[in-house]
Amino acid sequence: MPHLSCEEGVVPPPGRPLLARAVPAGFPSPAADYYEARLSLDDHLIEHREATFFVRVQGHSMTGFGIHHGDLLVVDRALDPADRSVVIAVVDGEFTVKQLCHLQNGVLLRSGAPGHGDILVTPDRELVVWGVVRWSIHRL
Amino acid sequence: MTVALVDGNNFFVSCEQVFNPQLAGRPVVVLSNNDGCVVARSNAAKAIGVRMCTPWFQLREQAWRHGIIALSSNYELYADMSNRMMAVLGEFSPNQEIYSIDECFLGLEGFEHIDLVAYGHAIRNRVGRWVGIPVCVGIGATKTLAKLANHCAKKMHAGSDGVCDFGRMTQDELRRLFSRIEVGEVWGIGPRLSRQLAGLGITHVEALRRADATMLRARFSVTLERVVRELNGIPCIALEEETPNRQQIISSRTFGNYVYALPALREAVASYIAIAAEKLRGQGTRAGMVQVYVRTNPHKENVPQYQRGLTLPLPEPTDDTLLLTQAALRVLECIYLPGYAYQKAGVALLDLSSAAVAQASLFPAAAGNPRLMQAMDRINTKWGRGTLRSAAEGFEQRWKMKRERMSPRYTTCWEQLPHAS
Repeated sequence: MPHLSCEEGVVPPPGRPLLARAVPAGFPSPAADYYEARLSLDDHLIEHREATFFVRVQGHSMTGFGIHHGDLLVVDRALDPADRSVVIAVVDGEFTVKQLCHLQNGVLLRSGAPGHGDILVTPDRELVVWGVVRWSIHRL
Repeated sequence: MTVALVDGNNFFVSCEQVFNPQLAGRPVVVLSNNDGCVVARSNAAKAIGVRMCTPWFQLREQAWRHGIIALSSNYELYADMSNRMMAVLGEFSPNQEIYSIDECFLGLEGFEHIDLVAYGHAIRNRVGRWVGIPVCVGIGATKTLAKLANHCAKKMHAGSDGVCDFGRMTQDELRRLFSRIEVGEVWGIGPRLSRQLAGLGITHVEALRRADATMLRARFSVTLERVVRELNGIPCIALEEETPNRQQIISSRTFGNYVYALPALREAVASYIAIAAEKLRGQGTRAGMVQVYVRTNPHKENVPQYQRGLTLPLPEPTDDTLLLTQAALRVLECIYLPGYAYQKAGVALLDLSSAAVAQASLFPAAAGNPRLMQAMDRINTKWGRGTLRSAAEGFEQRWKMKRERMSPRYTTCWEQLPHAS
Protein backbone atom coordinates (compact mmCIF):
# COMPACT_ATOMS: atom_id res chain seq x y z
CA MET A 1 0.00 0.00 0.00
CA PRO A 2 1.64 3.27 -1.01
CA HIS A 3 2.08 5.80 1.71
CA LEU A 4 0.27 8.95 0.70
CA SER A 5 -0.42 12.09 2.56
CA CYS A 6 -1.93 15.43 1.79
CA GLU A 7 0.00 17.18 4.51
CA GLU A 8 3.14 18.87 3.43
CA GLY A 9 6.32 18.17 5.32
CA VAL A 10 5.46 14.71 6.61
CA VAL A 11 8.66 12.78 7.15
CA PRO A 12 8.62 9.67 4.95
CA PRO A 13 9.61 6.43 6.65
CA PRO A 14 13.09 5.33 5.55
CA GLY A 15 13.15 3.74 2.11
CA ARG A 16 9.53 4.70 1.37
CA PRO A 17 9.51 8.19 -0.05
CA LEU A 18 6.23 10.02 -0.33
CA LEU A 19 5.07 11.08 -3.73
CA ALA A 20 6.57 14.48 -4.26
CA ARG A 21 3.30 16.36 -4.55
CA ALA A 22 0.23 16.60 -2.37
CA VAL A 23 -2.70 14.70 -3.84
CA PRO A 24 -5.94 16.66 -4.08
CA ALA A 25 -8.87 14.66 -2.71
CA GLY A 26 -10.91 13.06 -5.48
CA PHE A 27 -8.13 12.96 -8.05
CA PRO A 28 -5.74 10.20 -7.00
CA SER A 29 -2.47 9.99 -8.84
CA PRO A 30 -2.59 7.33 -11.57
CA ALA A 31 0.92 6.31 -10.46
CA ALA A 32 -0.16 5.57 -6.91
CA ASP A 33 -1.00 1.93 -7.58
CA TYR A 34 2.39 1.32 -9.19
CA TYR A 35 4.53 2.56 -6.34
CA GLU A 36 7.79 0.71 -5.66
CA ALA A 37 10.54 1.69 -3.25
CA ARG A 38 13.44 3.46 -4.95
CA LEU A 39 16.61 1.38 -5.33
CA SER A 40 19.00 1.67 -2.44
CA LEU A 41 22.76 1.13 -2.68
CA ASP A 42 22.80 0.24 1.01
CA ASP A 43 20.47 -2.69 0.34
CA HIS A 44 22.54 -3.74 -2.64
CA LEU A 45 25.97 -3.60 -1.03
CA ILE A 46 25.24 -4.57 2.56
CA GLU A 47 24.08 -8.04 3.46
CA HIS A 48 24.65 -7.95 7.23
CA ARG A 49 24.07 -4.42 8.48
CA GLU A 50 25.47 -4.89 11.96
CA ALA A 51 28.57 -6.74 10.78
CA THR A 52 29.50 -4.45 7.88
CA PHE A 53 32.25 -1.84 8.17
CA PHE A 54 33.96 0.46 5.68
CA VAL A 55 37.72 0.49 5.25
CA ARG A 56 39.85 2.84 3.13
CA VAL A 57 42.60 1.36 0.91
CA GLN A 58 46.09 2.73 1.33
CA GLY A 59 48.75 1.82 -1.22
CA HIS A 60 48.93 -0.15 -4.43
CA SER A 61 49.47 -3.77 -3.40
CA MET A 62 46.10 -4.99 -4.73
CA THR A 63 45.78 -3.24 -8.11
CA GLY A 64 45.77 -6.64 -9.86
CA PHE A 65 42.45 -7.32 -8.14
CA GLY A 66 41.05 -3.97 -9.21
CA ILE A 67 41.53 -2.52 -5.74
CA HIS A 68 43.25 0.85 -5.86
CA HIS A 69 44.67 3.41 -3.49
CA GLY A 70 41.85 5.44 -1.93
CA ASP A 71 39.10 2.91 -2.74
CA LEU A 72 36.35 2.25 -0.25
CA LEU A 73 36.03 -1.38 0.85
CA VAL A 74 32.77 -2.84 2.11
CA VAL A 75 33.84 -5.43 4.68
CA ASP A 76 31.50 -8.06 6.11
CA ARG A 77 32.56 -9.73 9.36
CA ALA A 78 29.65 -12.17 9.30
CA LEU A 79 31.01 -14.18 6.37
CA ASP A 80 33.34 -17.17 6.64
CA PRO A 81 36.48 -16.47 4.64
CA ALA A 82 36.79 -19.05 1.89
CA ASP A 83 39.84 -20.03 -0.12
CA ARG A 84 40.64 -17.11 -2.47
CA SER A 85 38.44 -14.62 -0.61
CA VAL A 86 39.82 -11.10 -0.47
CA VAL A 87 40.08 -10.32 3.23
CA ILE A 88 41.20 -7.74 5.76
CA ALA A 89 43.82 -9.51 7.88
CA VAL A 90 45.85 -8.33 10.83
CA VAL A 91 49.60 -8.59 10.24
CA ASP A 92 52.01 -7.15 12.82
CA GLY A 93 49.24 -5.11 14.39
CA GLU A 94 48.23 -3.48 11.08
CA PHE A 95 45.27 -4.04 8.78
CA THR A 96 46.18 -5.40 5.39
CA VAL A 97 43.97 -6.26 2.42
CA LYS A 98 45.07 -9.47 0.68
CA GLN A 99 43.76 -12.58 -1.03
CA LEU A 100 43.53 -15.56 1.31
CA CYS A 101 44.90 -18.79 -0.20
CA HIS A 102 44.84 -22.07 1.68
CA LEU A 103 48.06 -24.05 1.21
CA GLN A 104 49.14 -27.40 2.57
CA ASN A 105 51.73 -25.79 4.82
CA GLY A 106 49.61 -22.87 6.05
CA VAL A 107 47.93 -19.86 4.57
CA LEU A 108 49.23 -17.46 1.97
CA LEU A 109 48.17 -13.83 1.97
CA ARG A 110 48.62 -12.95 -1.67
CA SER A 111 49.09 -9.43 -2.91
CA GLY A 112 47.92 -8.39 -6.33
CA ALA A 113 50.76 -6.32 -7.74
CA PRO A 114 54.35 -6.99 -8.76
CA GLY A 115 56.89 -5.82 -6.23
CA HIS A 116 54.56 -6.41 -3.29
CA GLY A 117 55.52 -9.58 -1.44
CA ASP A 118 53.10 -12.32 -0.42
CA ILE A 119 52.93 -13.26 3.24
CA LEU A 120 53.12 -16.93 4.25
CA VAL A 121 51.47 -17.64 7.58
CA THR A 122 52.65 -21.03 8.90
CA PRO A 123 50.27 -23.02 11.15
CA ASP A 124 52.33 -22.17 14.27
CA ARG A 125 51.47 -18.48 13.84
CA GLU A 126 48.02 -17.14 14.55
CA LEU A 127 46.30 -15.40 11.66
CA VAL A 128 43.51 -12.98 12.45
CA VAL A 129 41.11 -12.51 9.56
CA TRP A 130 39.19 -9.35 10.49
CA GLY A 131 36.55 -9.51 7.76
CA VAL A 132 35.76 -10.49 4.20
CA VAL A 133 35.87 -7.76 1.53
CA ARG A 134 32.62 -7.87 -0.47
CA TRP A 135 32.91 -4.75 -2.60
CA SER A 136 35.50 -2.22 -3.57
CA ILE A 137 34.06 1.15 -4.50
CA HIS A 138 36.29 3.06 -6.88
CA ARG A 139 35.83 6.69 -7.76
CA LEU A 140 36.42 7.47 -11.43
CA MET B 1 10.94 -17.11 33.97
CA THR B 2 14.29 -17.73 32.38
CA VAL B 3 16.40 -14.75 31.50
CA ALA B 4 19.91 -14.04 30.25
CA LEU B 5 22.07 -11.01 30.95
CA VAL B 6 24.61 -10.35 28.21
CA ASP B 7 27.26 -7.70 28.62
CA GLY B 8 30.37 -6.55 26.80
CA ASN B 9 33.70 -7.17 28.54
CA ASN B 10 35.65 -3.94 29.14
CA PHE B 11 33.25 -2.47 26.58
CA PHE B 12 34.89 0.89 25.80
CA VAL B 13 38.35 -0.65 25.58
CA SER B 14 37.02 -3.53 23.48
CA CYS B 15 35.51 -1.06 20.98
CA GLU B 16 38.93 0.58 20.62
CA GLN B 17 40.65 -2.79 20.18
CA VAL B 18 38.38 -3.77 17.27
CA PHE B 19 39.86 -1.00 15.12
CA ASN B 20 43.36 -0.84 16.56
CA PRO B 21 44.89 -4.33 16.68
CA GLN B 22 48.04 -2.89 18.22
CA LEU B 23 46.14 -2.52 21.48
CA ALA B 24 45.71 -6.30 21.80
CA GLY B 25 47.25 -7.57 25.03
CA ARG B 26 48.43 -4.09 26.05
CA PRO B 27 47.42 -2.18 29.17
CA VAL B 28 44.78 0.24 27.85
CA VAL B 29 42.49 2.59 29.78
CA VAL B 30 39.68 4.86 28.62
CA LEU B 31 39.26 8.18 30.46
CA SER B 32 36.03 9.96 31.38
CA ASN B 33 34.92 13.43 30.17
CA ASN B 34 37.70 15.98 30.01
CA ASP B 35 40.19 13.13 30.38
CA GLY B 36 39.36 12.98 34.09
CA CYS B 37 39.61 9.45 35.41
CA VAL B 38 39.69 5.81 34.36
CA VAL B 39 36.28 4.45 33.28
CA ALA B 40 37.37 1.28 31.45
CA ARG B 41 40.42 -0.99 31.60
CA SER B 42 41.80 -3.76 29.43
CA ASN B 43 42.63 -7.06 31.12
CA ALA B 44 46.33 -6.19 30.97
CA ALA B 45 45.65 -2.86 32.71
CA LYS B 46 43.67 -4.67 35.43
CA ALA B 47 46.55 -7.12 35.84
CA ILE B 48 49.05 -4.37 36.68
CA GLY B 49 46.66 -3.00 39.29
CA VAL B 50 45.05 0.04 37.63
CA ARG B 51 41.85 0.73 39.56
CA MET B 52 38.59 2.12 38.22
CA CYS B 53 38.03 5.86 38.80
CA THR B 54 41.75 6.61 39.24
CA PRO B 55 42.30 10.23 38.19
CA TRP B 56 44.49 10.44 35.11
CA PHE B 57 46.94 12.89 36.68
CA GLN B 58 47.70 10.30 39.40
CA LEU B 59 48.24 7.61 36.82
CA ARG B 60 50.55 9.51 34.50
CA GLU B 61 53.85 8.38 35.94
CA GLN B 62 52.75 4.75 36.26
CA ALA B 63 51.43 4.97 32.72
CA TRP B 64 54.82 6.04 31.47
CA ARG B 65 56.64 3.27 33.34
CA HIS B 66 54.28 0.45 32.31
CA GLY B 67 53.48 1.71 28.82
CA ILE B 68 49.81 2.18 29.68
CA ILE B 69 47.88 3.61 26.73
CA ALA B 70 45.24 6.14 27.81
CA LEU B 71 42.44 7.16 25.43
CA SER B 72 39.73 9.81 25.66
CA SER B 73 36.14 8.57 25.55
CA ASN B 74 35.10 8.16 21.91
CA TYR B 75 31.34 8.25 22.52
CA GLU B 76 30.55 8.35 18.79
CA LEU B 77 32.31 5.00 18.34
CA TYR B 78 30.93 3.40 21.51
CA ALA B 79 27.34 4.37 20.65
CA ASP B 80 27.57 2.88 17.17
CA MET B 81 29.19 -0.33 18.41
CA SER B 82 26.56 -0.59 21.14
CA ASN B 83 23.76 -0.26 18.57
CA ARG B 84 25.32 -2.99 16.47
CA MET B 85 25.77 -5.28 19.47
CA MET B 86 22.20 -4.75 20.69
CA ALA B 87 20.75 -5.41 17.22
CA VAL B 88 22.68 -8.68 16.96
CA LEU B 89 21.58 -9.71 20.47
CA GLY B 90 17.97 -8.80 19.68
CA GLU B 91 17.92 -11.60 17.11
CA PHE B 92 18.35 -14.17 19.88
CA SER B 93 15.10 -13.48 21.73
CA PRO B 94 11.70 -11.95 21.14
CA ASN B 95 12.09 -10.03 24.42
CA GLN B 96 15.05 -7.71 24.89
CA GLU B 97 15.58 -5.08 27.55
CA ILE B 98 18.53 -2.82 26.81
CA TYR B 99 19.77 -2.00 30.27
CA SER B 100 22.81 0.15 29.53
CA ILE B 101 25.24 0.95 26.73
CA ASP B 102 26.91 -2.43 27.09
CA GLU B 103 24.37 -4.81 28.64
CA CYS B 104 20.93 -6.18 27.94
CA PHE B 105 18.53 -8.78 29.28
CA LEU B 106 17.14 -11.40 26.90
CA GLY B 107 13.94 -13.24 27.83
CA LEU B 108 14.42 -16.98 27.31
CA GLU B 109 10.95 -18.10 28.34
CA GLY B 110 10.06 -21.16 26.31
CA PHE B 111 13.70 -21.79 25.37
CA GLU B 112 14.20 -24.24 28.25
CA HIS B 113 14.00 -27.31 26.03
CA ILE B 114 17.20 -26.33 24.21
CA ASP B 115 20.73 -26.43 25.63
CA LEU B 116 20.98 -22.90 27.03
CA VAL B 117 24.72 -23.14 27.65
CA ALA B 118 25.24 -23.93 23.97
CA TYR B 119 22.85 -21.06 23.13
CA GLY B 120 24.93 -18.75 25.32
CA HIS B 121 28.04 -19.76 23.44
CA ALA B 122 26.28 -19.14 20.13
CA ILE B 123 25.46 -15.62 21.36
CA ARG B 124 29.07 -15.06 22.40
CA ASN B 125 30.46 -16.29 19.10
CA ARG B 126 28.01 -14.27 17.03
CA VAL B 127 28.70 -10.96 18.75
CA GLY B 128 32.43 -11.67 18.83
CA ARG B 129 32.57 -12.39 15.12
CA TRP B 130 30.08 -9.88 13.76
CA VAL B 131 30.85 -6.88 15.94
CA GLY B 132 34.21 -7.84 17.45
CA ILE B 133 33.15 -7.34 21.07
CA PRO B 134 33.75 -10.15 23.60
CA VAL B 135 30.67 -10.72 25.78
CA CYS B 136 29.73 -12.87 28.77
CA VAL B 137 26.34 -14.52 29.23
CA GLY B 138 24.67 -15.24 32.57
CA ILE B 139 21.42 -17.23 32.72
CA GLY B 140 19.06 -17.54 35.68
CA ALA B 141 15.43 -17.76 36.77
CA THR B 142 15.27 -14.03 37.61
CA LYS B 143 17.01 -10.86 36.50
CA THR B 144 18.99 -10.75 39.75
CA LEU B 145 20.17 -14.35 39.25
CA ALA B 146 21.03 -13.66 35.60
CA LYS B 147 23.16 -10.70 36.72
CA LEU B 148 24.92 -12.87 39.29
CA ALA B 149 25.42 -15.67 36.75
CA ASN B 150 26.97 -13.09 34.44
CA HIS B 151 29.40 -12.13 37.21
CA CYS B 152 30.32 -15.81 37.59
CA ALA B 153 30.76 -16.17 33.83
CA LYS B 154 33.14 -13.23 33.86
CA LYS B 155 35.17 -14.48 36.79
CA MET B 156 35.22 -17.97 35.27
CA HIS B 157 33.58 -19.41 38.41
CA ALA B 158 32.25 -22.96 38.34
CA GLY B 159 34.22 -23.82 35.24
CA SER B 160 32.24 -21.42 33.08
CA ASP B 161 33.88 -20.23 29.93
CA GLY B 162 32.14 -16.93 29.40
CA VAL B 163 28.70 -18.54 29.84
CA CYS B 164 27.11 -19.51 33.15
CA ASP B 165 23.65 -21.05 33.52
CA PHE B 166 22.43 -21.46 37.11
CA GLY B 167 19.58 -23.62 35.79
CA ARG B 168 22.13 -26.28 34.89
CA MET B 169 23.56 -26.49 38.41
CA THR B 170 22.33 -28.63 41.31
CA GLN B 171 21.17 -27.02 44.57
CA ASP B 172 24.36 -28.29 46.16
CA GLU B 173 26.59 -26.72 43.53
CA LEU B 174 24.72 -23.42 43.81
CA ARG B 175 25.05 -23.44 47.61
CA ARG B 176 28.80 -23.93 47.37
CA LEU B 177 29.18 -21.27 44.67
CA PHE B 178 27.03 -18.69 46.49
CA SER B 179 29.00 -19.22 49.70
CA ARG B 180 32.09 -17.95 47.90
CA ILE B 181 30.59 -14.74 46.49
CA GLU B 182 30.36 -11.57 48.58
CA VAL B 183 26.97 -9.86 48.90
CA GLY B 184 28.36 -6.70 47.28
CA GLU B 185 28.36 -8.52 43.93
CA VAL B 186 24.56 -8.84 43.99
CA TRP B 187 22.61 -6.41 41.75
CA GLY B 188 21.29 -3.57 43.90
CA ILE B 189 23.54 -4.15 46.93
CA GLY B 190 25.90 -1.18 47.20
CA PRO B 191 28.88 -0.74 49.51
CA ARG B 192 26.80 0.87 52.27
CA LEU B 193 24.17 -1.87 52.33
CA SER B 194 26.95 -4.47 52.21
CA ARG B 195 28.41 -3.04 55.43
CA GLN B 196 25.01 -2.98 57.11
CA LEU B 197 24.33 -6.58 56.08
CA ALA B 198 27.77 -7.60 57.34
CA GLY B 199 26.67 -6.19 60.72
CA LEU B 200 23.92 -8.81 60.69
CA GLY B 201 26.41 -11.52 59.80
CA ILE B 202 25.32 -11.61 56.16
CA THR B 203 28.53 -11.42 54.18
CA HIS B 204 28.07 -13.80 51.27
CA VAL B 205 25.28 -14.49 48.80
CA GLU B 206 24.23 -17.80 50.33
CA ALA B 207 23.57 -16.11 53.68
CA LEU B 208 21.52 -13.40 51.98
CA ARG B 209 19.53 -15.98 50.04
CA ARG B 210 18.66 -17.81 53.28
CA ALA B 211 17.89 -14.61 55.20
CA ASP B 212 14.35 -13.79 56.34
CA ALA B 213 13.02 -11.58 53.56
CA THR B 214 10.20 -10.15 55.65
CA MET B 215 12.60 -9.17 58.43
CA LEU B 216 14.91 -7.48 55.90
CA ARG B 217 11.93 -5.59 54.50
CA ALA B 218 11.08 -4.30 57.94
CA ARG B 219 14.68 -3.35 58.74
CA PHE B 220 15.74 -2.01 55.36
CA SER B 221 13.40 -1.73 52.41
CA VAL B 222 11.07 -3.51 50.09
CA THR B 223 13.84 -3.39 47.50
CA LEU B 224 16.04 -5.63 49.61
CA GLU B 225 13.17 -8.03 50.18
CA ARG B 226 12.80 -8.26 46.41
CA VAL B 227 16.51 -9.00 46.00
CA VAL B 228 16.23 -11.91 48.44
CA ARG B 229 13.16 -13.31 46.71
CA GLU B 230 14.82 -12.96 43.32
CA LEU B 231 17.89 -14.81 44.62
CA ASN B 232 15.51 -17.63 45.54
CA GLY B 233 14.21 -17.78 42.00
CA ILE B 234 10.97 -15.83 42.54
CA PRO B 235 10.74 -13.16 39.82
CA CYS B 236 9.92 -9.72 41.27
CA ILE B 237 11.43 -7.50 38.58
CA ALA B 238 9.82 -7.77 35.15
CA LEU B 239 11.56 -7.44 31.82
CA GLU B 240 11.00 -3.91 30.51
CA GLU B 241 11.16 -4.02 26.77
CA GLU B 242 9.95 -0.55 25.93
CA THR B 243 11.81 2.11 27.79
CA PRO B 244 9.04 4.47 28.86
CA ASN B 245 9.42 7.97 27.51
CA ARG B 246 11.55 9.99 29.80
CA GLN B 247 9.76 12.36 32.12
CA GLN B 248 12.60 14.83 32.00
CA ILE B 249 15.54 15.37 29.70
CA ILE B 250 18.77 16.61 31.14
CA SER B 251 21.84 17.77 29.29
CA SER B 252 24.85 19.01 31.21
CA ARG B 253 28.63 18.96 30.92
CA THR B 254 31.68 19.95 32.82
CA PHE B 255 33.63 22.51 30.81
CA GLY B 256 37.08 21.84 29.37
CA ASN B 257 38.34 25.02 31.05
CA TYR B 258 36.75 27.31 33.63
CA VAL B 259 34.31 29.76 32.09
CA TYR B 260 33.97 33.28 33.50
CA ALA B 261 31.98 35.35 31.02
CA LEU B 262 28.31 35.32 30.14
CA PRO B 263 28.75 34.95 26.34
CA ALA B 264 30.56 31.60 26.68
CA LEU B 265 27.95 30.36 29.17
CA ARG B 266 25.22 31.40 26.75
CA GLU B 267 26.85 29.30 24.00
CA ALA B 268 27.11 26.29 26.29
CA VAL B 269 23.50 26.55 27.49
CA ALA B 270 22.26 26.96 23.89
CA SER B 271 24.19 23.85 22.85
CA TYR B 272 22.78 21.77 25.70
CA ILE B 273 19.29 22.92 24.79
CA ALA B 274 19.91 21.84 21.18
CA ILE B 275 20.90 18.33 22.31
CA ALA B 276 18.01 18.04 24.76
CA ALA B 277 15.45 19.40 22.26
CA GLU B 278 16.54 16.87 19.67
CA LYS B 279 15.87 14.09 22.18
CA LEU B 280 12.56 15.73 23.09
CA ARG B 281 11.40 15.64 19.47
CA GLY B 282 12.83 12.14 19.04
CA GLN B 283 10.41 10.79 21.63
CA GLY B 284 7.50 12.91 20.36
CA THR B 285 7.11 15.11 23.42
CA ARG B 286 7.02 18.80 24.31
CA ALA B 287 8.42 20.55 27.34
CA GLY B 288 6.34 22.74 29.63
CA MET B 289 9.24 24.04 31.72
CA VAL B 290 12.92 24.80 31.24
CA GLN B 291 15.47 24.63 34.02
CA VAL B 292 18.99 25.99 33.84
CA TYR B 293 21.75 25.71 36.42
CA VAL B 294 25.35 26.78 36.74
CA ARG B 295 27.98 26.00 39.34
CA THR B 296 31.60 26.56 40.27
CA ASN B 297 34.00 23.75 41.23
CA PRO B 298 32.92 22.55 44.71
CA HIS B 299 36.20 20.65 45.16
CA LYS B 300 38.28 23.79 44.95
CA GLU B 301 37.77 25.27 48.37
CA ASN B 302 39.99 28.33 48.04
CA VAL B 303 37.93 29.95 45.29
CA PRO B 304 34.56 31.70 45.74
CA GLN B 305 31.68 29.25 45.39
CA TYR B 306 28.37 29.81 43.67
CA GLN B 307 25.65 27.62 42.37
CA ARG B 308 22.13 28.35 41.30
CA GLY B 309 19.36 26.74 39.31
CA LEU B 310 16.08 28.24 38.20
CA THR B 311 13.02 26.85 36.42
CA LEU B 312 10.90 28.84 33.99
CA PRO B 313 7.42 27.66 33.00
CA LEU B 314 6.70 28.20 29.32
CA PRO B 315 3.52 29.90 28.11
CA GLU B 316 2.78 26.81 26.05
CA PRO B 317 4.54 23.42 25.80
CA THR B 318 6.97 23.38 22.88
CA ASP B 319 9.60 21.23 21.19
CA ASP B 320 11.10 24.10 19.22
CA THR B 321 14.85 24.51 19.73
CA LEU B 322 14.75 28.25 19.12
CA LEU B 323 11.90 28.94 21.58
CA LEU B 324 13.51 26.70 24.20
CA THR B 325 16.85 28.45 23.66
CA GLN B 326 15.25 31.88 24.16
CA ALA B 327 13.67 30.72 27.39
CA ALA B 328 16.86 29.10 28.68
CA LEU B 329 18.96 32.16 27.94
CA ARG B 330 16.49 34.34 29.84
CA VAL B 331 16.88 32.02 32.83
CA LEU B 332 20.65 32.09 32.51
CA GLU B 333 20.68 35.87 32.58
CA CYS B 334 18.71 35.78 35.84
CA ILE B 335 21.10 33.41 37.59
CA TYR B 336 24.47 34.51 36.19
CA LEU B 337 26.72 36.47 38.52
CA PRO B 338 30.04 37.82 37.25
CA GLY B 339 33.31 37.07 39.02
CA TYR B 340 33.02 33.31 39.44
CA ALA B 341 34.93 30.50 37.75
CA TYR B 342 32.12 28.34 36.38
CA GLN B 343 32.93 24.68 35.95
CA LYS B 344 29.60 23.27 34.87
CA ALA B 345 26.26 24.25 33.39
CA GLY B 346 23.22 22.19 32.61
CA VAL B 347 19.68 22.37 31.32
CA ALA B 348 16.63 20.24 32.05
CA LEU B 349 13.43 20.05 30.03
CA LEU B 350 10.58 19.27 32.43
CA ASP B 351 6.82 18.76 32.49
CA LEU B 352 6.91 16.74 29.29
CA SER B 353 3.70 15.97 27.45
CA SER B 354 2.92 14.15 24.25
CA ALA B 355 3.11 16.29 21.13
CA ALA B 356 0.26 14.28 19.60
CA VAL B 357 -2.31 15.26 22.22
CA ALA B 358 -1.17 18.85 22.68
CA GLN B 359 -3.88 21.17 23.90
CA ALA B 360 -4.30 24.23 21.73
CA SER B 361 -4.14 27.55 23.50
CA LEU B 362 -6.90 30.16 23.29
CA PHE B 363 -4.35 32.94 23.03
CA PRO B 364 -1.45 31.29 21.21
CA ALA B 365 2.01 32.39 22.23
CA ALA B 366 4.87 32.61 19.75
CA ALA B 367 4.47 29.62 17.49
CA GLY B 368 7.40 27.33 16.89
CA ASN B 369 8.46 26.27 13.45
CA PRO B 370 7.98 22.49 13.17
CA ARG B 371 9.13 22.30 9.57
CA LEU B 372 12.36 24.09 10.40
CA MET B 373 12.90 21.68 13.32
CA GLN B 374 12.24 18.70 11.05
CA ALA B 375 14.68 19.99 8.47
CA MET B 376 17.26 20.64 11.19
CA ASP B 377 16.92 17.14 12.65
CA ARG B 378 17.26 15.55 9.25
CA ILE B 379 20.29 17.61 8.29
CA ASN B 380 21.97 16.89 11.61
CA THR B 381 21.20 13.16 11.38
CA LYS B 382 22.72 13.06 7.94
CA TRP B 383 25.71 15.36 8.32
CA GLY B 384 26.46 15.10 12.02
CA ARG B 385 25.29 16.85 15.16
CA GLY B 386 25.67 20.59 15.14
CA THR B 387 25.92 20.95 11.33
CA LEU B 388 22.88 23.22 11.41
CA ARG B 389 22.57 25.05 14.69
CA SER B 390 21.30 28.25 16.17
CA ALA B 391 23.82 31.08 16.17
CA ALA B 392 23.40 31.24 19.95
CA GLU B 393 25.49 28.08 20.20
CA GLY B 394 28.48 30.04 18.98
CA PHE B 395 31.27 29.14 16.62
CA GLU B 396 34.42 28.65 18.64
CA GLN B 397 32.93 26.78 21.59
CA ARG B 398 36.09 27.07 23.66
CA TRP B 399 34.26 25.69 26.69
CA LYS B 400 33.84 22.31 25.01
CA MET B 401 35.12 19.25 26.79
CA LYS B 402 38.67 18.15 26.26
CA ARG B 403 39.22 14.89 24.46
CA GLU B 404 42.88 15.12 23.62
CA ARG B 405 43.53 11.41 23.28
CA MET B 406 40.54 10.43 21.20
CA SER B 407 40.80 7.70 18.58
CA PRO B 408 39.19 8.24 15.14
CA ARG B 409 35.39 7.95 14.73
CA TYR B 410 35.97 4.81 12.66
CA THR B 411 32.30 4.05 11.93
CA THR B 412 30.55 7.41 11.84
CA CYS B 413 32.83 9.72 9.85
CA TRP B 414 33.97 9.18 6.22
CA GLU B 415 37.22 11.04 6.83
CA GLN B 416 38.20 8.81 9.76
CA LEU B 417 37.73 5.28 8.40
CA PRO B 418 40.28 2.61 9.31
CA HIS B 419 42.99 2.07 6.66
CA ALA B 420 44.28 -1.17 5.16
CA SER B 421 47.42 -1.36 3.04
